Amino acid sequence: MLSFSPSEEQQMIVNTVKQFANDVMRKKFRECDEEGQIPAEIINTAWELGLVVSCIPEEYGGAGWEHSALTGTLLAEELAWGDLSMAMHILSPWLGVLPIVEMGTPEQKKKYLPAVCGGKFTAATAALIEPRFDFDHNDLGTIAKKNGGYVLNGEKCFVPLAQDSAFTLVYAREGNASQCFIVDKGAKGLKIGEREKNMGIKALATYELSLKDCKVPAENKLGGEKGCDFKRLSNLSRVALAALAVGVARGSFEFSRDYARERHAFGEPIGSRQAIAFMLADMAIEIDAARLLNWEAAWLLDKKAEATRECCLAKTYADSMVMLCTDYGVQVMGGHGYVRDNPVELWFRNGRGFVAFTGMAIV
Amino acid sequence: MIDFELTAEEQAKIDEAHDIAQKYFRPISRYYDEHEHEEPQDLIDFMWSNRSKGFVTGLGVVGAMMVEELCWGDAGLYLTIPGPGLGGAAVFAAGTKEQWGKFLTRFGEGKPKWGAMAMTEPGCGSDTSAIQSTATRDGDFWVLNGEKIFVTMGHRALDLSEGIIVVWASIDKSAGRAGMKSFVVEAGTPGMKVEKKEKKLGIKASDTVTVTFDNCRIPFGNILGKAEVKSKTEGFKGAMATFDVTRPMVAAQALGVTRAALDMLRDEIDKRGIKIRYDLPRSKQTTLEHDFIEMEANLRAAHLLMIRAMWQLGSGMSNALEASMSKAKAGRAATLITQRAVELMGPLGYSRKYLFEKFMRDAKINDIFEGTGQINTLVVARRVLGFTRDQLK
Repeated sequence: MLSFSPSEEQQMIVNTVKQFANDVMRKKFRECDEEGQIPAEIINTAWELGLVVSCIPEEYGGAGWEHSALTGTLLAEELAWGDLSMAMHILSPWLGVLPIVEMGTPEQKKKYLPAVCGGKFTAATAALIEPRFDFDHNDLGTIAKKNGGYVLNGEKCFVPLAQDSAFTLVYAREGNASQCFIVDKGAKGLKIGEREKNMGIKALATYELSLKDCKVPAENKLGGEKGCDFKRLSNLSRVALAALAVGVARGSFEFSRDYARERHAFGEPIGSRQAIAFMLADMAIEIDAARLLNWEAAWLLDKKAEATRECCLAKTYADSMVMLCTDYGVQVMGGHGYVRDNPVELWFRNGRGFVAFTGMAIV
Repeated sequence: MIDFELTAEEQAKIDEAHDIAQKYFRPISRYYDEHEHEEPQDLIDFMWSNRSKGFVTGLGVVGAMMVEELCWGDAGLYLTIPGPGLGGAAVFAAGTKEQWGKFLTRFGEGKPKWGAMAMTEPGCGSDTSAIQSTATRDGDFWVLNGEKIFVTMGHRALDLSEGIIVVWASIDKSAGRAGMKSFVVEAGTPGMKVEKKEKKLGIKASDTVTVTFDNCRIPFGNILGKAEVKSKTEGFKGAMATFDVTRPMVAAQALGVTRAALDMLRDEIDKRGIKIRYDLPRSKQTTLEHDFIEMEANLRAAHLLMIRAMWQLGSGMSNALEASMSKAKAGRAATLITQRAVELMGPLGYSRKYLFEKFMRDAKINDIFEGTGQINTLVVARRVLGFTRDQLK
């Protein structure tokens, strides 16, 4: 039956994450952006919320909740409202875990899932993006050749937490298809490059990664011989990123809206002028529009339906929406939006990233 | 639980509306665009005889989605369907049970009838507080005087049927907005006259007229809401409650004609062997694909905003913000998408051999009537900022 209300359980998760975002993430996010790192206690506090282990089956040490992309979009929005770097850091283990939960062989689950069910944050990650402007996740430049096991060759970038990850899911082209390979930490031929310097998400440690004749055992191909459903993984990632975009945009909207109510010019609040007020109205409309589009896509994924079109629409829409909203956030505040005393410039830099972020989060 | 699933029964109703749109609306679409003010009598009779199916009176999400389907068939012809229309919606939203009986029963019996709403005047459109028409109490009667323009379906409501019109007038000009009230006038009431039939850019099958009131006497009980001038906002509550329903409904109309343009665009490019590829990075999409995906995402997002507003209404939630959001977004999406479809089709888009140019003309009204895009954006802005109409003009 048609409804736009989250379930009680979903609302509870949202409330918990919302409070964490407000009380913890929002207190430190500027400092983290300036210093390029996130204090371990923030990450560990987030870990204690149990978000990552929630979707891991009990037999492997998780909480065994039924995985829901829709619930994932709800919590991702709240985390990104807190801070995008922290959100992507906190969610990064899902990059390694969720594809194995959904598509891994029993052996893969047994080997890799318990590693991320401990009491402390354990990093896991995925390497999909490649350093070229015409990067295409369906036509990867990283090649997997079958040779007993697999031999991987190629270059990756934007790999979150690569340095510390217990294992990395490397996406590579095998024949004409994109497939996924679980590469252990310290594997021969896997070289983790310098930490990247980006326009935004500065607090998130991302790395370039190169694979030179990196040998992976045959049993480490995700899903075994038949491989994985790469399309579904792409789609789960699209709704995750779109949800993060909604969270960033909402942050910028709320902050600039409050400013427009307080800031006076010509004897009245600047929000009393349509030129400012209409930007805020547009932001409110576009944020809701993007969220609903994304909910529908995630809802289809939860029904295990083919949803490439819907996920693509949701992600494309969210990419434009977040740029519009974070730009307006700066514009509403004028010079005060441009200085780093205020957060809107940070959200503007983070917002621009979404067109480049592919497969950097999954829920 | 967030859920986008309709029941099989709900979906069947929507599918039936789509079939009717395809069979009865689309084939005569061009004819009634080229023959403005001609009566599509067969369609009117057919829709009247099927009125129990709730094509125009159907409320809620499903009702709105049925409207969307019929407007997919033809947005102008949709407006000609006999029924209570905007006037009925106002009676329903602001009237008493007795008034429902007196004014709405007629739409279920006898010959085809229409309902209309008269708000706009030559001197005021969006600024309804500037309404000059007056209603003066005279014992058991109200005496109406004034001139109303842009009355959608006024000719059919008042000249061609025993319909009703809901008229906005002031009972106390010194009270400003608080003195504004709405009144039901029945067809055939002396002193009321339909004057000019407008010639329009689009939705030509519908009629849009001027109605004048010259000492038009109506029973005292025809006022919707209370007769006293009370708090500042009192008089306007009825109008606002009406907008909570009619704005998403007009959004649904906009989305129907807009989807028609997008569907036809997809068919045409499909005929040339081009399929839209969704799973491509930006650098590999064609301009056509990029535009099409943008249009499709906008349409779907606007549709979801519309059904959310209707769902809230049906669930007893306040939806004034979301109703205006949906109207503003749908009007904008309609403008973007139908105009881009003409652009992308090149000479075929501009030619009257195809319906693209008609869709573009028909769609435009949706960003104007029932509150222009700007007025709805203003309503949204006031609500998100928490500003009154004095704080944000």
